Amino acid sequence: MCKDCGCGETPHHRHHHDHGGVPHSHEPGGPVHVHPPSDAVLKESVERSLLADNDESAAKNRKWMEARGITALNIISSPGSGKTTLLEKTLDRLRGRIKCAVITGDQRTDHDARRLEGRGAPVIQIETFNACHLDARRVGECLPRVADDGARLLFIENVGNLVCPAAFDLGESFKVALLSVTEGEDKPAKYPALFSSAPVTVLTKLDLVPHLDWDSATCLMWLRKTHPGAFVFQLSARTGEGMDAWIDYLAGLAG
Amino acid sequence: MHELSIAMSLVSELGRIAGEHGGAVVSRVRLRVGTLSGVDPEALRMAFPFAAANTPAAAAALDINIVRATVRCRSCGEQSMPEEPFAPCGGCGSDETEIVDGRDLVIESAELETAAASPDAKPAAHGRS
Repeated sequence: MCKDCGCGETPHHRHHHDHGGVPHSHEPGGPVHVHPPSDAVLKESVERSLLADNDESAAKNRKWMEARGITALNIISSPGSGKTTLLEKTLDRLRGRIKCAVITGDQRTDHDARRLEGRGAPVIQIETFNACHLDARRVGECLPRVADDGARLLFIENVGNLVCPAAFDLGESFKVALLSVTEGEDKPAKYPALFSSAPVTVLTKLDLVPHLDWDSATCLMWLRKTHPGAFVFQLSARTGEGMDAWIDYLAGLAG
Repeated sequence: MHELSIAMSLVSELGRIAGEHGGAVVSRVRLRVGTLSGVDPEALRMAFPFAAANTPAAAAALDINIVRATVRCRSCGEQSMPEEPFAPCGGCGSDETEIVDGRDLVIESAELETAAASPDAKPAAHGRS
């Protein structure tokens, strides 16, 4: 322990700190306490985003897509809430009508890309390995390969995770949150970082409602409290219920 | 646990700032983290030393200024800090509010030691590309 300030550091650990008091350092092999001259401590105002690198890449992506008239949806939800199934049916319905492209992210495998291929839209799979979210740089690397051929709508299917992807801007036009009816009505209140930043929420797997205690009104109440004014779709990609409104909305986005 | 990648981004930025000051070491950094930023301050505190090892920020103290969400009411115009995660207006109780603060994830300031710069401090391991 430091005998002067009691901070618990040993002289073997090089350490500069001030514990809110006088700045000092512990130098191995040297005197235990070395107080640097006060003019050597410089306080820099930074006021820069902690994700500045990601934000810069996201801004580049946004500019690239805006120049090409591409609307990009960053689709975020828990794993298994139906992102890929919704995209399968969406691509089928938009095929020949609106040119789409897809970037899909998972920690491992290209299963989702395989499911989405052959539906009229170029698809790229990003494997994030240990990362729990897509980042703007990886997405930017994919853009020229997937969306530079007249695409009007780009679907970015994020890694299944209700928490982390919300913090990373990818350069999308906006975020879309998915919430399946098996997950519980109060998820918007439990995960406000995502639901408060997504202007659109899609409630999925509506065909399962007869087997559950799901109450849409309760879910909409939580969503409204968490994000007043959020746009909500309720659908079942499997049966097609509610899909017309979703498809019309996407067609409207593509102008 | 995206806090580790956020900590790595922070360390990269601190390495750049230290480089701008002739190889200074970072002794303290102050962050502003909104409660709606999607970042858990405690997880970030835990991740920071791992990300900062062998960089100019290795010995930096980490201060986190936690900023609660602020909403502005579309009905009465008042700004208030609601009991999160809900966003009703603190003035009139209306649900018609928009979030105006609480998403920040910002490096506010950094303290650098130049004269006492550590001779073996290495450049940030995660340099800007």
